[in-house]
Amino acid sequence: MIEAVGLTKRFGAKTAVDQLSFQVKPGHVTGFLGPNGSGKSTTMRMIVGLDRPTSGRVTINGLPFRELPNAQRHVGALLDAKAVHGGRRARTHLLSIAQLSGIPEKRVDEVLAVVGLQDAARQRTKGFSLGMGQRLGIATALLGDPQVLLFDEPVNGLDPEGILWVRNLMRRLAAEGRTVFVSSHLMSEMALTADHLIVIGRGRLLADMGTQEFIAHNSAGFARVRAADTDPDGRETLGRALSKAGGRVLQEPDGALRVTGLELPGISDLAHAAGVRLWELSPHRASLEEAYMRMTQSAVEYTSTEDPRAELWEQDPLALPAWEDGPSAPEVPQAGFFAPPPPGAGGKPFLMPSNPGELASTAKDSAEDTR
Amino acid sequence: MTPTTTTPDQPRSYSSPLPTPRPHLGHALASEWTKLISIRSTLWTLGALVLTVVGIGLLFVTQSVDRDYESISFTTPALFGLMVGQVAVMVLGVLTIASEHATGLVRTTFTAAPDRFRVLTAKYLVFSITAFVATTLSVFVVGIAAMLAHAGSAAGPHAADEWLGAAAGCLYVTLLGVLALAVGALVRHSAGAIAVMLGVVTLPPVIGAMLTVWEAVAPIGRAVLQRNVPVALSQLFGMQESDMGPAPSNLSNLLIIMLITGAAVAASYVVVGRRDV
Repeated sequence: MIEAVGLTKRFGAKTAVDQLSFQVKPGHVTGFLGPNGSGKSTTMRMIVGLDRPTSGRVTINGLPFRELPNAQRHVGALLDAKAVHGGRRARTHLLSIAQLSGIPEKRVDEVLAVVGLQDAARQRTKGFSLGMGQRLGIATALLGDPQVLLFDEPVNGLDPEGILWVRNLMRRLAAEGRTVFVSSHLMSEMALTADHLIVIGRGRLLADMGTQEFIAHNSAGFARVRAADTDPDGRETLGRALSKAGGRVLQEPDGALRVTGLELPGISDLAHAAGVRLWELSPHRASLEEAYMRMTQSAVEYTSTEDPRAELWEQDPLALPAWEDGPSAPEVPQAGFFAPPPPGAGGKPFLMPSNPGELASTAKDSAEDTR
Repeated sequence: MTPTTTTPDQPRSYSSPLPTPRPHLGHALASEWTKLISIRSTLWTLGALVLTVVGIGLLFVTQSVDRDYESISFTTPALFGLMVGQVAVMVLGVLTIASEHATGLVRTTFTAAPDRFRVLTAKYLVFSITAFVATTLSVFVVGIAAMLAHAGSAAGPHAADEWLGAAAGCLYVTLLGVLALAVGALVRHSAGAIAVMLGVVTLPPVIGAMLTVWEAVAPIGRAVLQRNVPVALSQLFGMQESDMGPAPSNLSNLLIIMLITGAAVAASYVVVGRRDV
């Protein structure tokens, strides 16, 4: 059980973590999400006493980390996979850490086997790949067989097999009744691993809820409507009818309409009443990735701007239909990177809007709801 | 000890079969010893120390005759090597802590052992004992070789306290190494800390000489010239330079280095305890 109350850390004028309060409960994998620079690592470092909070406190099983009787037997942490002396062999590195808390030498060989580094035990860690470094870091965290485990970006640099292994390891550790707190910016990974999510942006808490709940709360889906091409006016008639009924309509490059704010049956009824034949009426549900992107949009620290070579591209953006008056989509900084949708999340790849602005109105509402 | 949550299928809190002793200094000492002997820089620096002291010392012993030892002690041949070898001791002292900062290992260490003073104390103890043993062994090998080879009547009488002086010289070099470790803990940067230590050893003779040029500060200059590291070491090893009036006693030289080192060590405890790593 990790409990943070009003946790704040300032570096000079910059506030890295701002009044953060949350609980991480045993028996679950709790995902810790946020864009780069949102304060995830600083929070983790405060949990294990490497950084002193400017104000507030964080306790583990009721005690501040530095007052735990045998810290290593209570908390294991992987904060930085490269936090080893490159000239030392993997096994000696683990041994020196184990000896700090009187952990028997036998345990070193056990954790080496658990992470699959038996054959590299006598290698100097300088020659380790990023993935091997991550495994060694996980081994270090497991040395004390602790109740509370912290992992900062554990899957960085791992191959698909390694990612699967880490995922199963986390779930197994949590199933044993341990508290597992995993930070990541890989949404798709968290969707598969975490039962509970804590989302922060610019050091502030954005969400603290179950993964399913988070998706339900934050993913505003849309409906794609395609009027029959046989009727040239059909699309416009339908668009006007939908707008009048309170839906927001955007036109996709291939002529389909993207409707938000109306239920599918309602759209069908309106089309029927307007006498427009439909070729497509399909629901599109946002993934965790999209829900997360929407929530953290305003909290993204490092935003990229458009590459000026854009004129080389034949861009065909989502157009505002003729019957909509005036530009209504507010400008929102465009997030620079969209990871692919999670495999197996309903099997439906979502269509990412090329301009996040069109989703901004819903994003604002939901972000305020959860705060 | 873990509070229950609302979910009904909540598994019991995990308890591990491993023993949970209360960590003490002994654990940290074992860990630091493992760290010290498992990297090659230890071998290189201590090897350099032993090679320079014993090598240069034995070379001097073979090239000298009994009469040379009338005015110097049997341990003096070790001094020449030690003047160079002390740099190796300081480098090892700096690396003991600065390499942990450079590689980030210090974060792993302090996460495993949040009682940072326990770790720091273990570092000081393991390093100083290792450095003292290595220095003393190599110095005494040279001293005993000189005594066996040149203890003839021409060498004159030799008192036992010259060995004591040599041991004090080894302590002096060890304290320099401890000072280097403290500087390393404060600076956290290997090259920077080594540069500071080289300055501590080499600058005072230069600055002292400069100060004696001006009338007003000449007494300070002379005091610096009599009390800097190379002069103090020479004196401990039985080489008196008495062209500057009465030399300070061995004890006062040791006291100076102890005070400086003590202050740096105290500062390192304060800073390491408070700092975000």
